[in-house]
Amino acid sequence: MRWTWFHRLASPPYLYGLAARLTPWFAWPAALLILGGLFAGLVLAPPDYQQGEGFRIIYVHVPSAWMSLMVYVTMGLAAAVGLIWRMKVAHAIAASCAPIGASFTVAALVTGSLWGKPMWGTWWVWDPRLTSELILLFLYLGFMGLRAGFDDTQRADRAGALLAIVGLVNVPIIHYSVIWWNSLHQAPSVLRFGKPTIPGAMLAPLLILLLGFTLFFAALLLVRVRAEILQRERTARWISETLSG
Amino acid sequence: MSITDLPAGVGSALDSAPSLVYAARPAPALDAARLALSRDLVLAFRKRGQLLQPLAFFALVTMLFPLAVSPELSRLRAIAPGVLWVAAMLASLLALEFLFRDDAHDGTLEQYALSGQSLTWLLFAKTIAHWLLTGLPLALMAPFAAMSLGVAASAVPGIVLIMVVGTIALSLIGAIGAALALGMKRSGTLLALLTLPLSLPVLIYGARATELAIAGNSYMAPLELLAALAVLAVTLAPLGAATAVRISLE
Repeated sequence: MRWTWFHRLASPPYLYGLAARLTPWFAWPAALLILGGLFAGLVLAPPDYQQGEGFRIIYVHVPSAWMSLMVYVTMGLAAAVGLIWRMKVAHAIAASCAPIGASFTVAALVTGSLWGKPMWGTWWVWDPRLTSELILLFLYLGFMGLRAGFDDTQRADRAGALLAIVGLVNVPIIHYSVIWWNSLHQAPSVLRFGKPTIPGAMLAPLLILLLGFTLFFAALLLVRVRAEILQRERTARWISETLSG
Repeated sequence: MSITDLPAGVGSALDSAPSLVYAARPAPALDAARLALSRDLVLAFRKRGQLLQPLAFFALVTMLFPLAVSPELSRLRAIAPGVLWVAAMLASLLALEFLFRDDAHDGTLEQYALSGQSLTWLLFAKTIAHWLLTGLPLALMAPFAAMSLGVAASAVPGIVLIMVVGTIALSLIGAIGAALALGMKRSGTLLALLTLPLSLPVLIYGARATELAIAGNSYMAPLELLAALAVLAVTLAPLGAATAVRISLE
């Protein structure tokens, strides 16, 4: 009995309607938080004593990097649910996550590299975080490439799901290997910043933006899931009834 | 739901449960795995040309570096660990194409899945056969490639040991990717995109251990991490490969 909500979620028409109703509840707070957080971060927060104004890119970089990982975990969990309980909509969620996560990863890489130019004097440094982020991008690309290789959606779903789970197991291993590798090979010329203690005026906008980006992801995911469901169920009768009604 | 979804081992469990004769014998799954292993080895030795390809590729990639970088042995020695591991990774990736392809084409994999034997064990046996035919020869050839790059002969035992452990992990991780790519007509670049990011830890620890071995230092720490990866791959990768094969056969 307690699981009825879970079974109802597994029904494409129900999830389609639910996603439509929920989208504004995520989209509007996300827009407000992101705009407010950007204003606080780019205008109100004081410049860093060491990095000057350049540090402000963390207000986009850190949330993007955070989301790139969170989306991967979401994707892996959704894929696992889909593979274990054979839940079609969970696969639709996993498939919708991948392009969003890949975009966040690209954003984190680009902003990291833009930040590196004034701070490190070079566009790219084989820093452990940048390297892990690049590997994560390849994991996303592999997932999308594998899905694209199948004509049949169900096979693409299941094969992609297995890959996402394998990736989920591997992400921590890869991450710590890269940190271990970097601690041995780090060139001494590169500036290494310790974990800085961020003062509240700088930290608050970051937290606001983290929340804003998370809600933004949720809103994007809901929109993409609806599109994905429409595409998968295009022959189903409920679609013509819903869309014409 | 198709018939291939029957849990593996159901048939054999039903067969063996009533008879006590089976109790004294080794597990049927292991018997079947041993048969699959010897079958793959026999088949491979009947097509010896294919066996040499990854080795020739490995030697060829190693040769590219002196031509591209410099013939000076001191410079080559400095990049030797990286060259060896990148060449080994690419050669093992190339060899993955042969791991399941033929058996998927002629229906053998389907028979394996339907046999009632544990598909996990059968694929583990196949992967071990594949490693014996590609990974182990690569590990045995690595010292020659290393010495051509100016590495001292004293580093040879270490290099072989590190390569043996590392190629086990590479073969098993690659088996998941090869099984996932089975359902596709052209899978060359996709296989690289699937397998290489997952194999990066092997590259990191393998190259580092090789570097230490070449320098004459103790390489136990990275070798132990490499061995940990190999153990993890032995325990989990066959399960993943079996799931992937079942998905590909659907």
